[in-house]
Amino acid sequence: MSDTYLKFANSFVGKQLAPRLGLPQPPVLKRYVPGQKAVDGAVLVGQAEGGRLATAIAGVLKSADADVWTAEGPLRDAAGALDLTPKIYAPETAGDQRFQALVLDATGIAHPDELQALHAFFQPVARKLRPSGRLLVLGTPPESLTAGGRVSQRALEGFTRSAGKELGKGATSNLIYVAEGAEDQIESTLRFFLSPKSAFVSGQVVRIGVGAGKTAKVEIDWEKPLAGKVALVTGASRGIGEAIAETLARDGAHVVGLDIEPLAADLKTVTDRIGGSAITLDVTADDAPEQLAKQLKADHGGVDIVVHNAGITRDKRLANMKPETWDQVIAVNLIAPDKITLALLKGKVLNRGGRIVGVASIAGIAGNNGQTNYATSKAGVIGLVDAFSADIAAAGGTINAVAPGFIETQMTAAIPLGIREAGRRLSSLGQGGLPIDVAETIAWYASAGSGAVQGNVVRVCGQSLIGA
Amino acid sequence: MHLPSYRRYEIAPEPRMPEAKTARRVAIVGGNRIPFARSNGAYATASNSDMLAAALDGLVERFDLQGEKLGEVAAGAVLKHARDFSMTREVVLGSKLDRGTPAVDITQACGTGLQATIYIANKIALGQIESGIAGGVDTTSDAPIAISEKLRKKLMLVNQAKTGADRVKALLKIRPGDIGLDVPANREARTGLSMGEHQAITGKEWGITREAQDELTVASHQHLAAAYERGFFDDLITPFQGLERDNNLRPDSSLEKLAKLKPVFGGPDGTMTAANSTPLSDGASTVLLASEEYAKEHGLPILAYFVDAQTEGVSYVKGEEGLLMAPAYAVPKLLDRNGLTFADFDFFEIHEAFASQVLSTLKAWEDPTFNKVKLGRDTPLGAIDRSKLNVNGGSLAAAHPFAATGGRIVASLAKELSEKGSGRGLISICAAGGIGVTAIVEAA
Ligand SMILES: NC(=O)c1ccc[n+]([C@@H]2O[C@H](COP(=O)([O-])OP(=O)(O)OC[C@H]3O[C@@H](n4cnc5c(N)ncnc54)[C@H](O)[C@@H]3O)[C@@H](O)[C@H]2O)c1
Repeated sequence: MSDTYLKFANSFVGKQLAPRLGLPQPPVLKRYVPGQKAVDGAVLVGQAEGGRLATAIAGVLKSADADVWTAEGPLRDAAGALDLTPKIYAPETAGDQRFQALVLDATGIAHPDELQALHAFFQPVARKLRPSGRLLVLGTPPESLTAGGRVSQRALEGFTRSAGKELGKGATSNLIYVAEGAEDQIESTLRFFLSPKSAFVSGQVVRIGVGAGKTAKVEIDWEKPLAGKVALVTGASRGIGEAIAETLARDGAHVVGLDIEPLAADLKTVTDRIGGSAITLDVTADDAPEQLAKQLKADHGGVDIVVHNAGITRDKRLANMKPETWDQVIAVNLIAPDKITLALLKGKVLNRGGRIVGVASIAGIAGNNGQTNYATSKAGVIGLVDAFSADIAAAGGTINAVAPGFIETQMTAAIPLGIREAGRRLSSLGQGGLPIDVAETIAWYASAGSGAVQGNVVRVCGQSLIGA
Repeated sequence: MHLPSYRRYEIAPEPRMPEAKTARRVAIVGGNRIPFARSNGAYATASNSDMLAAALDGLVERFDLQGEKLGEVAAGAVLKHARDFSMTREVVLGSKLDRGTPAVDITQACGTGLQATIYIANKIALGQIESGIAGGVDTTSDAPIAISEKLRKKLMLVNQAKTGADRVKALLKIRPGDIGLDVPANREARTGLSMGEHQAITGKEWGITREAQDELTVASHQHLAAAYERGFFDDLITPFQGLERDNNLRPDSSLEKLAKLKPVFGGPDGTMTAANSTPLSDGASTVLLASEEYAKEHGLPILAYFVDAQTEGVSYVKGEEGLLMAPAYAVPKLLDRNGLTFADFDFFEIHEAFASQVLSTLKAWEDPTFNKVKLGRDTPLGAIDRSKLNVNGGSLAAAHPFAATGGRIVASLAKELSEKGSGRGLISICAAGGIGVTAIVEAA
């Protein structure tokens, strides 16, 4: 389960040997420690002329108590109104300054000519990003625009994805499209992508919309953004599910863990540790949806967060696959989340402003040899996000999915060594992710501040080369 | 026990209004200093006491103070030997002043000289004394070197031992590894960074260019050289150990020459060089202050009046603010209290610890964001007229023996104002420990 090569490459001997032997040198990724600042280090903020997010970004950085840098000009002057005094950045005086994050408001780019702003802002600092640094571009959803705006906003994606492959040292690069009118909804997302919580998320495109779940201007305790919430996590006894349960509990939620009978003891260990409750149930059982809905209503008065994490693989080439092998995978991974979501909605068990999170997989996006059944089920999970969007939005909630890449768990430990090594190294970050990386992404979706984060499928894959 | 009383009950005393004592005007009579010398050069063998005595003797001679009993002499040194705990008093005892003149040692890093002036001025203003001398001295050539802390503690035990045998035992506890020297470094105790390293960060955060720093440096040298040429310092300096002028002065300094220097702070891409930072140096300065009455009675000139002062501190330990940015906060308080703006000043004497420090401070005063957020002002203090800045040279050219800088500036500014015959001057000095000392001086 543990990545011995990563440990070797970062040992004293490994650091000497790996470069000489032309071996990959995967960096140790900085991960979040509770109590830590969202962004620990200097943040350089820029704005392409005509951008509309400067105030919003400055507001988040102020609230996160960040060390903000920006060039002299309107952006910096505007920050003063928010009680921020950004430090002054100029390439000729920056000297040895390094940045933890580079953030560009690119919403002003309305014509391909103006894409030059990407080069102008990022090129001088391309080598000034610290290890596990963050590159973020904020744009406008192209589909909401026409002509030059649409073209150039779409173009941003090529930039952030390529930058992600160049940065190295554990740095990530992501693009956030913020719909017009959602300027005041960016905080939870910006905090997540700036912080070590997004350690294994790179090369992604995220949309913040103006959905019904728009977060009202309430004070959010960013240490406990899920305080008072009830969260159901299926498959919570081990692996990624266990990490999800722990992370949601860390953020203040009461977690109801669910797993099958044979793992009841393991499940109880987990839920006891985090002060949650346990439900022993096979999600594929005929009456599972009804029973679950009833129990959540009775014991907790409803549920705020549902994470469909339970999943299985039964890999076989299609030519050799028995029908039951196909059926089992589809039943656990796709039919169960579909039915449970429906039952929770119908029975009004999902509280207003609820959050549904599907766990897909990069196999569901890119396909995988031996995984026709699995990839079908996981692509179907993405379909669930689309299919339920309208109904959940009507209840003031959101539905999103994560698509994990190679995550170090018992599931991936079962993969033959050669394929496993390829899975680890063939990504921009050069390593597998940890269950916590998936969990942090889910906690971001679940956050009280993420009401406008709707309909996203974010890969937690270290920008794996496999797939889109 | 029952005490006999003339009264049967206590009468509550009338609330006593504090007598509104209007502060008296404080006259700056004149100053005297010795030329400043680069470290380990002209004054390599001179001690702090030697230099302060030389500056004081010159002052006494210039104003005929022989045998005079002054109100007080306040002076200090930043780098001082432990045996010099009473340095100023010792220097006074060795001078031609009346031996009944009390003295005090004070220190506030680079703010020492100006703070000593404030101390004397306040006592005169309150009527506690009629006259006094403020001064400061520093040597980096004769710096106090201490033994390592481990060795010191073990030697203390030797010293405390009662019998010869105990002493030998205690001595034997000293290990070769204990033997070490603790050379005083120009470092902040709480950050481990030198002042230059701190300022490199601040300058970077304010976007201060190398070119702007070099320009300020060249101006400093040119102004100081011109001041010497026209005899400005003739009645402000007494030669010492063969030196007649500050030996850091480079009258032929130019942008082209400065551009060739390598950065010394802020890494290989830094903007601070040995030229646009002050060098370690040795020197001493003194200023004579008096009440108007005292000056008149003794036939002493009044060059200017010392009007008001403000000292501020900033929190810099976690990088909340730049180490040397305290003057940026002190000056607005001082201006507000006196109902003044930059337009009301004819001279700005800003201590040039580093060109970058001066420029960061000036930029902060102009910056709408800094003014709004840090100073709570909707309209910025604004820019100062650069033709009024350090018109007779600054620390970059004269060099900066820490505690001696305040006296140099106060005396020079008083003379500038007396030459002009009218107007007002502002002094701003940054100091280690996140301190800023500022003052207003007005023409007589
Ligand atoms: N590990 C990876 O690299 C990876 C990659 C992509 C996607 N995922 C997905 O993440 C999720 C968790 O994966 P993992 O690696 O932690 O796997 P895991 O096998 O360690 O854990 C899955 C959990 O789900 C439970 N579960 C399975 N069938 C169930 C059922 N019918 N009813 C109730 N519980 C059931 C299991 O008992 C187990 O506790 C799965 O959906 C998986 O497809 C994992």
